[in-house]
Amino acid sequence: MITALLILSILAAVFGLILGYSSIRFKVEGDPIVDQIDAILPQTQCGQCTYPGCRPYATAIANGEAPINQCPPGGEATILQLADLLGVEPLELNPENGEESGPTVALIDEENCIGCTLCIQACPVDAIFGAAKQMHTIISDECTGCDLCLPPCPVDCIDMVPVKSETTNWKWSMPVSNDSTPKAK
Amino acid sequence: MFQLSHFKGGLVLDGHKKISTSSAIKPAILPARLTVPLQQHIGHTPELLVQLGDQVLKGQCIAKATDGISASIHAPSSGRVSAIDEQAVAHPSGLKALCVTIETDGKEQWCEPSALKQNYRDSSNQQLLNIISDAGIVGLGGATFPTAIKLQSCEPATINTLIINGAECEPYISCDDMLMRERAKDIVLGIQILQQVLAAKQTVIVVEDNKPQAIQSLQQALQKQAIDNIDVITIPTRYPTGGEKQLIKVVTGKEVPANGLPADIGILCQNVATAYSVYRAVYLDQPLISRIVTVTGDAINEPANFEVLIGTPMNELIAQAGGYTANIGGLVMGGPMMGFSLPNDTLPVTKACNCLLTRVTEDTRQIPAQACIRCGECAEVCPANLLPQQLYWYSSSKNFDRAQDLHLFDCIECGCCSAVCPSHIPLVQYYRFAKTEIWAQEKERKKSDNARQRHEFREARIAREKAERDEKLRLKKELLAKKKIEEEGQQAAVDPKKAVIEAALARVKAKKDNTTEKPKNTDNLTPQQQQKIAEADQRRQQKDNKDEAT
Repeated sequence: MITALLILSILAAVFGLILGYSSIRFKVEGDPIVDQIDAILPQTQCGQCTYPGCRPYATAIANGEAPINQCPPGGEATILQLADLLGVEPLELNPENGEESGPTVALIDEENCIGCTLCIQACPVDAIFGAAKQMHTIISDECTGCDLCLPPCPVDCIDMVPVKSETTNWKWSMPVSNDSTPKAK
Repeated sequence: MFQLSHFKGGLVLDGHKKISTSSAIKPAILPARLTVPLQQHIGHTPELLVQLGDQVLKGQCIAKATDGISASIHAPSSGRVSAIDEQAVAHPSGLKALCVTIETDGKEQWCEPSALKQNYRDSSNQQLLNIISDAGIVGLGGATFPTAIKLQSCEPATINTLIINGAECEPYISCDDMLMRERAKDIVLGIQILQQVLAAKQTVIVVEDNKPQAIQSLQQALQKQAIDNIDVITIPTRYPTGGEKQLIKVVTGKEVPANGLPADIGILCQNVATAYSVYRAVYLDQPLISRIVTVTGDAINEPANFEVLIGTPMNELIAQAGGYTANIGGLVMGGPMMGFSLPNDTLPVTKACNCLLTRVTEDTRQIPAQACIRCGECAEVCPANLLPQQLYWYSSSKNFDRAQDLHLFDCIECGCCSAVCPSHIPLVQYYRFAKTEIWAQEKERKKSDNARQRHEFREARIAREKAERDEKLRLKKELLAKKKIEEEGQQAAVDPKKAVIEAALARVKAKKDNTTEKPKNTDNLTPQQQQKIAEADQRRQQKDNKDEAT
């Protein structure tokens, strides 16, 4: 009787030590599900989801505080991917957050720019180049089209223009078919 | 000496080549205006070197290759740069791209030779590669990959077999055929340069058996120059045997691994027209400014091959081929299998333009598609051993991950599956759609990763700046507080005057305290003295009262 108790207690202690050690040794840094959600979000950092950036929104989704349909730049594709990842039903994009539109890029009317630096401070990805009382310009390759530079501009010299379709980024469209073949899911 | 193999699938097609091979290659007439697109190859757009209004000479470099995959562009003739703007180009999208327009002066004045004038055998490999690179040579078989980069990318002396591709398997096209017939000697000289650069152990020229004159011409050229390390191999005519991987399979029996390059198995392919361009660059110091174009089809009056300057408008070429017949239905750039329809015929000829095909009827691919009946014909003919039907399901339902699992990117878009489909499903278009969509998604993913990184960096920078400011403020406050305490301490301890004053004050205070003590002469008094004092006090009192009353 005593031997059995002793053996079990020793075993419990040994396993406890192993578990305790491995929880420290193999500690997972951060929350991997947040990272996975963040990887799906388009990273425009536009704040249309009502959270201050893509990562806070990802955290909110992971904690179950926000639905998956609040990201207009990602649109349907992002919602489908999120639904797939989290195993939930896909939702329609919430119109309160905005409408899905094609990719845009900011363009500064350099004639009218007064060099106030307000847009530089607003840009979430440092895609505006300039200095105080110097003309500013957009680094269009880095611009995510988030619209955040529009409100602070005192002279209204920033426009959002659609990303130009060129031979290098052109895509073949899906052939228009009139066949009635059931599509694979 | 070669045990020929064969690839799975493929089609035996009616060649239609004879209609354009009855006459020799004709030089095209110099047009009044040449429109030269800057992007004529796979890779980056080269850097523009000329300005509006500049006089350019024939062969002058007008756009220099950038770092990475890129190719230079040269002026096809002498004249004046009359426009640098976006013009419609021959591209399936029908979009515009940056072009340099040159108004030709008709003098055809060549620019000063720049390449070294010596026997190529005395030149180093690097010198030869530089000549090939500076001449803007790209693969003329259809892919337009910069040749110098292809040659440079393989490790030295790893190429066992150099295959010169003269198969030209697509119907109607005959530009390589005519080049081999008429300029076999020059092609062989070009091949010898490639042999030297690659140090290839074995070199073969591969030609389909429907081009007996070309084969004969090549063999004669080899005999005349007594060259015994280049062989001409005749292979059966079967579409798409001119595809790089299919050709390697036929000639060597080896298969190029998926996502791999022929160089991985010690093989390099070059087109005959590319070898000819190399000859012109090294021997004649002429960059790639012209190419042979087959103008053919059922709706042209005098089908023929033309030697055309890059940038020549297609309609001028059509006019030189006798113009369209009355029943013209459409114009295709390339062959009937892999070519694409052009919206109009005013577009410029580019390095990729091997054939202008006129059609009487509408493209067969335009016939309305019906439901897939799962006959499996497409899988039978696929030369890449793929499952076209499965790829079609997954591409049309945008299930791109599964399509990629089924090796979508090994599809060479040869069009065999579409051609045999009894339901006329435009299968290749689905694969093209899926491929470009996947590329776009990949690009978007890269962009969003970049945006995330920049955003995180910005957040970190703002936090760091705030921390630095706070720390500075804290230090300043601390310093102020310390100063105050120190000042007080100094005043108390160090100032001697104050100490003296304080000591004096203390003495005075002590004196004051002493003076408040009662005079000692009022102690121990006799009763008489006490009475006298009381009387005196009383008088004083009385006197004070009197004074008050008056």
